[in-house]
Formats: sequence, C-alpha cells, structure tokens
Amino acid sequence: MNKTPLLEIEDLHARVCDKEIIKGFSLTINEGEVHAIMGPNGAGKSTLSYVLCGKPGYEVTAGSIRFRGKNLLSMSPEERAREGVFLCMQYPVEIPGVPTATFLKHAVNAIRQHHCLPELDTMEFLKMVREEGKKLGIDAEMIKRPVNVGFSGGEKKRLETLQMSILKPALSILDEADSGLDIDALKVVAEGVNALRDGRRSMLVITHYQRLLNYIVPDFVHVFAEGHIVKSGDKNLALELEEKGYAEFVREK
Amino acid sequence: MADKPQIIDESGDKYKYGFVTDIKADTAPRGLNEDIIRLISQKKGEPEWLLERRLKAFEFWKTMTEPSWAKLVYDKIDYQNLSYYSAPRQKAAPKSLDEVDPELLETYEKLGIPLKEQEVLAGVVAVDAVFDSVSVATTYRAKLAEKGIIFCSISEAVKEHPELVQKYLGSVVPYTDNFFACLNSAVFSDGSFVYIPKGTRCPMELSTYFRINAKNTGQFERTLIIADDDSYVSYLEGCTAPQRDENQLHAAIVEIVVLNNAEVKYSTVQNWYPGDKDGKGGVYNFVTKRAACRGINAKVSWTQVETGSAVTWKYPSCVLQGDNSSGEFYSVALTNNRQQADTGTKMIHIGRNTTSKIISKGISAGCSNQTYRGLVKVAPGASGVRNYSQCDSLLIGDTCGSHTVPYIENRNKTAVIEHEATTSKISDEQLFYCRQRGIGEEEAVSLIVNGFCKEVMQHLPMEFAIEAAKLINISLEGSVG
Ligand SMILES: Nc1ncnc2c1ncn2[C@@H]1O[C@H](COP(=O)(O)OP(=O)(O)O)[C@@H](O)[C@H]1O
Ligand SMILES: [Mg+2]
Repeated sequence: MNKTPLLEIEDLHARVCDKEIIKGFSLTINEGEVHAIMGPNGAGKSTLSYVLCGKPGYEVTAGSIRFRGKNLLSMSPEERAREGVFLCMQYPVEIPGVPTATFLKHAVNAIRQHHCLPELDTMEFLKMVREEGKKLGIDAEMIKRPVNVGFSGGEKKRLETLQMSILKPALSILDEADSGLDIDALKVVAEGVNALRDGRRSMLVITHYQRLLNYIVPDFVHVFAEGHIVKSGDKNLALELEEKGYAEFVREK
Repeated sequence: MADKPQIIDESGDKYKYGFVTDIKADTAPRGLNEDIIRLISQKKGEPEWLLERRLKAFEFWKTMTEPSWAKLVYDKIDYQNLSYYSAPRQKAAPKSLDEVDPELLETYEKLGIPLKEQEVLAGVVAVDAVFDSVSVATTYRAKLAEKGIIFCSISEAVKEHPELVQKYLGSVVPYTDNFFACLNSAVFSDGSFVYIPKGTRCPMELSTYFRINAKNTGQFERTLIIADDDSYVSYLEGCTAPQRDENQLHAAIVEIVVLNNAEVKYSTVQNWYPGDKDGKGGVYNFVTKRAACRGINAKVSWTQVETGSAVTWKYPSCVLQGDNSSGEFYSVALTNNRQQADTGTKMIHIGRNTTSKIISKGISAGCSNQTYRGLVKVAPGASGVRNYSQCDSLLIGDTCGSHTVPYIENRNKTAVIEHEATTSKISDEQLFYCRQRGIGEEEAVSLIVNGFCKEVMQHLPMEFAIEAAKLINISLEGSVG
C-alpha cells in the first residue's frame, strides 16, 4: 500500500521560558494512521502538542515540521488550524459571553473560507451541530451556553470532541483526552474519535495512561521521555508500559 | 473636487468618516462675549425671551470654573479661540430634500445615511440631520404630523411651538447645572425637538445624525424630547466628525421629559473622531443628558455605544419623580489608543416604588483609560426603591486602565440597592484557543468583545445594533498583536 506522509517532524528542538523541553524529536505520521505517544508526567507531551499548533511562547530552536509537505513552522496558529491541525486540549479555556454555537460557527466558517467553500448559514450550521451533538450526548441547551463556562470536565471533553467532529481535521492531536473522565464518558468520547477514523484522517493520541488506548486503538505506540522518542512499537507496547511503568526509560539518562 | 480627505497620519488611521465638506459657511468670529451671543440669537431670528435666557446663562458661566473631578487629562480649552456659530450658507430654509445643497446630501451619503434613499424607503426611520449648527433636512415630517407628532429642529420649535419650548427647555437641565451645560445654554446652536402627544405611539424610530464639519467650531447641540401621557417614542442619535488635527469641543444637552405612563427609549451610537494612535486630535465630548420621569409609571431607557471621541465626559441620568417610574442605563464604552472616557449614569429616586437598572460594559485597549462613575441616590420619601447595577470591565493588553467608582446615597431604609462589578482580561489562553480553531486573532477579539457587551447591544434597535457591532470591530483594529 502506498503511504502518503501527513506530518513529518524532524529533529525538533523547542523551548519554553528559556528551558529546552523538546530535544531531537522525530516522527512521521502517514495518512490514516493513529499514533499514540505515552510518557511520564512532565516529559513534554503537552509542550509538543503546543509546538505543533504554534502556541505563542513556544520557540522552535532547531528542526523542521512539514504538514502535507508544507512548512508548518512558518504558519500562524490559525493557518495551521485551517490547514487541518486540531488540538483537543487537556484544559479547554472558558470564554464568557460567547455562546458555544456562535464560537463554533465562526470556527467552521473560517475553515470553510480557507478552503474556498461557501459559508454555512445558521440553519445549515445548526442542523450539523445537532446531528453531531446527538452522538456525543450534547443537547441544544449546552451549545447555547458560553464556551466551556461552568462545564463539567466531561462536558468540556465532549465539546472538544464535538468540535473535532464538526471541523473534521486531517490531523487530530488529543492531549490527555481521558483525563477527568469516568468510563462512560470516556466511551462516548472514544466513539466520537473513532468515527473520524476513515483511513485518511490521522491522529496523535497523547496519554499518560494505557486505559484510553483500549478504546482508541493505535497503529503505533511511542514512548516519549527526556524530550524525544525513546522506543516505538505497536499497541502491545502500551500494555507493556502499563505493567512496567516508565522507570526504565527515565533512568536511562 | 468637493471633498478632500484630510489624513493626518496615513500610517495608522482608519477613521473612514474623516473627510471635510467644502461648502460656504456662515461662521462667527472666534471668541465668546455678549455680542457673539446676540449674533447667534439674531442669526436664528430668536424671540427676546430666548436671548435673555442665553445672556443670563452666559453671565452665570463667567462665574463658573471648568470641573476637574473626572479622571481625565487634556489640554486646557481656550474658549476664546473657538467660533460659536457656523451655518451652511443657503438661500432660505429648505422645504424638501430637493432644495437641500447636493453636497450636503453627498456628505450624508458618505456617512451611510443617504437622505434621498431614506425618503424612498419610507416609514423606517425619520432623519433629522444636523449639519454643524443648522438642521438641514427633516424627512417624514408630514407623516408624523398626521399623528400630531412634532419632530423638527429646535430653532423651528422655538418659532412654531414656543409654548412647549418655553415650558420645558431648561426644565430638566437648568443652566446652573454644570459648566458645560451652562455654556451650552448660552450658545447652543441647534438640535432636535420632539413632542409626542397624549396616547400616541410614534410609528417609527426617530433619528438624528450629528456631524461636526466646520473647523474650530464648537458644537453645542440642544435636544428636547417630550413624551406626553401614555405615549411612546424610540429615538436614535448617531454622531460622526471629520478627522482633524485640532481638538474639537462638543458640549451638548439632551433633555427628556416623560409624563404619566409614557416611555422613551434613547439610543446613541457615538463614533466621533477619537484622535490618532498617539492621542493627537479628536473630539472632546462633554455632554449633559438627563431624563425626568415626571409622571407615574413613566419609563426611560438610555442605551449608548461609545467608541469615539478623544475625551468623553458623559453621564446620562434619570430623575425618577413619578411614583412607579423606572430608569434604565445600558452602556458600552470602548476606548483604544490614547482615548479617555469618564462615563456612567445617575439614578435619582424621588418617587415611591421607583426602579432603576444599570448595565455598564467598559472595554479598554491600547493605552486608553476608562472610568465608570455612577450615582444611585434615594430621597427620604422614596419608599420601595429598587436598583440593580452591574459594571463589567474588559481589558485588552497590559497598557490600558479601567476604574469603577460607584456612589450610593441612600436616605430611605426600604431601598434595595445591588451593585456588582467585575474586571476581566482577554487572556492569551483564550486567544490561542480561538486561533487553534481557525479563528483569526482580530476576529477572536471581536468575538469575545461582542460576547462581553451582548447584554447591552440587544437593547438597541436591530439596524443600529448591526452598525454598532461593526463600529466596535473597526475601533478594535490594531488592538492585538
Ligand atoms: N510555560 C512554561 N514555563 C516553564 N516551564 C514549562 C512551561 N510549560 C511547561 N513547562 C515545563 O516543561 C516540562 C514539560 O511539561 P508538559 O509539556 O506539560 O509535560 P507533560 O504534558 O508531558 O506532562 C515540565 O517540566 C514543565 O514544568
Ligand atoms: Mg500534559
């Protein structure tokens, strides 16, 4: 089978607040692949996701990132998003006063505009949100509330998943998508994510625990420690890690 | 060429109303003295009683000093270096739009209020356009007259309805009220007059567009609205001024009288030239706006969206005299660059069971500074009073300032007064979250700001709300990044 690379990270070095966190990180994700990155707390997993999305304050000092062959590092955060990079955040922020539906509509239309598609009108948009929302147990009332304001941990994660389902990104990065979720909520979120697996969309699933990977089964598992990948394998590596912990990789230093 | 754009600083300025209309104007020499006041009065063909009032106000003004309690810093105004009267030169007062100077009509078109079109669109808005000191065109007058509604310039009202003007002018804001109101009482040029007769619901929104055009001309509008028993009117005021290097003084008075069971909604969208990004130029806006709810169950609401002016000093107030009367104040004030605004409201509860509500949203960006200053006063005899105030401030960046100064003077134990205040900042995390979803930085700021002031915007009539939202976006340009 012919593999088309979607994301190519080469020897990436990045720092935040003058502290080097990512040190020589390389990874290629082809279209349709699901990669899991596992690592101990503080390894730099969230930092990696922010660097991929261009969050201000995260400085790349060396290396390259290509997305569909384009230099991702020269793009603004919004350009990356429009190109199809989506970050399902570990701690989604609250935006008081802005109804979730309004926010979503702006996002959808910004991305459609980028791809030269006509804007969705309110009716079309609401229809789409209702359909996708239903699958995730998100009702019409919830999307009237301001973005993430007063949402429970589970609601926040479901809203992140809803956005992913609506924006249909080529690459979804999930940062600790299971944190703060009970098993039922976890299943709902995982189902939403799995629904996007169509053989072309790719995912980078970042997690500390193996649990999530029972529901979102990865094609590849990478162990991330000391700022880069120290070991790669298939889904069985995750089970191995669950048993033995990260000690062996951290001590390696 | 009729209009030459006068761009002061091409680099950072986007004030799209900054053009100057080249028309022949009758302008009084600079300076303020008794002769100038007599000249104004004579030019306008005013009756003796009005001239006397003007002179009395001027005598009093000379004994007053400019207030300095507001949190505002600006160059001293040289009142002798301004001209107090400027009128476009025309044959006689225009009777219909066809007689109005086409250049004036063109000016209004640029402002987005083509008068011709308005006429064609019949029945949506009646516009009383105030060009410098003289009201040049009043549309829909006939249609309103059928219902007994009077909507004309204050100068015309003085001539045609002297009994109403004499009875109510200065009855809400006496000339002794404050320095700027006193100045206005001496030199006011023109403005709008509205009278809604008993039991009449005004069938359309009444609207005035003010525009300051002539150079170095102080603008002293005078507006008087009277809503007789059981009547209703919604009044819209919009303002723009051309872009100029010198500061322009604007000291208006708006007086509203609301009688038994009547209701007045007064909405303002103010976008006078705010000065450039370094604080050069811009309008000084010192306005006294006050409504008196004289009758029982009288109702008044002020809704304002303030994005313009270099310096704003403005406190639309409600004097709640009639029992069960109510006053509302909804405000969005946005300052950017070096703008300063000291604004708020006064709710004076005199009647029993009177209620008031204050929702104030202040947005500060750039190096601007904003103060909310509000007074809730309850008289000893005013039992059963209720007030609710909510003042929220939103900061964009680290170089702006925001202050909230609520005053409460309660002389009646039965009053229930609630005050809430919040200050928040658009955080980097919020901006990143929006951008990560594909929403550009400026759009994200505008989304957050619009969300922040939604509660106020929904009190504006629809078309006005759309215009106001656009204005807010324009005013926010360059506030991030
Ligand atoms: N803004 C920041 N300023 C300083 N240090 C930071 C910042 N963000 C992350 N770090 C540090 O970078 C390291 C990696 O953090 P993070 O990427 O959140 O790890 P993980 O997601 O793998 O738990 C930690 O040591 C953390 O303290
Ligand atoms: Mg993390």
